[in-house]
Amino acid sequence: MSLEPILDVVVAVCLIGGALLCLSAGVALVRFPDLMSRMHAATKPQTLGLLLVLLGCALRLRTREDVTTLVLIALFQLATAPVAAHMVGRAGYRSRLVRRDLLVTDELAADAERIGRENGEGGPAR
Amino acid sequence: MTGNGTGRDPAAGERPPLTRRDRRRNRIIAVTALVLVWCLLWGSFSWANVLGGLVLALAVLAAFPLPPVTFAGRVHPIGLLRFAVRFLADLVVSSVQVARLAFRAGEPPRSAILAVAPRIRSDLNLTLTGVALSLIPGSLVIEVDRRAGVLYIHALGLRDAEDVERFRRSVLDLEARIIGAIGSREERRVIAAARGSPPPPLPPTPPGAGKDPTA
Repeated sequence: MSLEPILDVVVAVCLIGGALLCLSAGVALVRFPDLMSRMHAATKPQTLGLLLVLLGCALRLRTREDVTTLVLIALFQLATAPVAAHMVGRAGYRSRLVRRDLLVTDELAADAERIGRENGEGGPAR
Repeated sequence: MTGNGTGRDPAAGERPPLTRRDRRRNRIIAVTALVLVWCLLWGSFSWANVLGGLVLALAVLAAFPLPPVTFAGRVHPIGLLRFAVRFLADLVVSSVQVARLAFRAGEPPRSAILAVAPRIRSDLNLTLTGVALSLIPGSLVIEVDRRAGVLYIHALGLRDAEDVERFRRSVLDLEARIIGAIGSREERRVIAAARGSPPPPLPPTPPGAGKDPTA
């Protein structure tokens, strides 16, 4: 038995799994209640989803130039997604876009203004 | 994570300056990484690409110097492997969890914002812990108190105070794995001594500027 059919199955699993995770991210964007939870959906299942799609592509293409580009895409995705999520989340908290009735606890509330000042923000947070 | 210009950064002057050797090592790591990216972009490791990347890397580092990073540890292969495997597992498990929350009928998921003080308060450890947390679904760093060394984390799908405490412990476990991968002997000793003990209390509100957070 050759390797090719097995690889095809692995590729199919990777691509479909990745696509389903991206779909779940889209559904979560619509259904989640506030900006913070939507950030989770937008940055996270999509990270693994993209990695799976890239892995599927790499297994299918198998040429050096393509694979190096795919590795780079994965690296930059892993490096930039947290920064983007952090900046949007931080701005969202400061703009009061958090549904407080859905929070179990908020341990940042007491310190938000002081930290905002220390991190170089101009006026008060509210 | 909260990168501000160095001019307004309150903590910028508080870290001890790097030695010449540290600076050279940081520069070598940065150049190597940039050359690697350049070669990956071209898709081959030919001499022309390596040399071209080297010139470009030096130019980029001259134009955009990196902030100083203190790194006292060394890389432990087994610890690194343990961190990587567990990280991938967390990534898969949490992705499925968030996906399930998305499709679940009923009331919207609840979440929590909690403050966690990692035991090692170096910039590098705060950053790596924050980045790893942000990559794993269901947790998001929304604010960093660099001076006190506290991460403020928004966590999705927590229902009660018990969940919150469990999540807090999982953050400290993640930190322990990172230190196990790249920590110095001193940092590993601190983590080993703290194993099993309850999470440390948050540091008190620091009075005024100019205190050394590592003291």
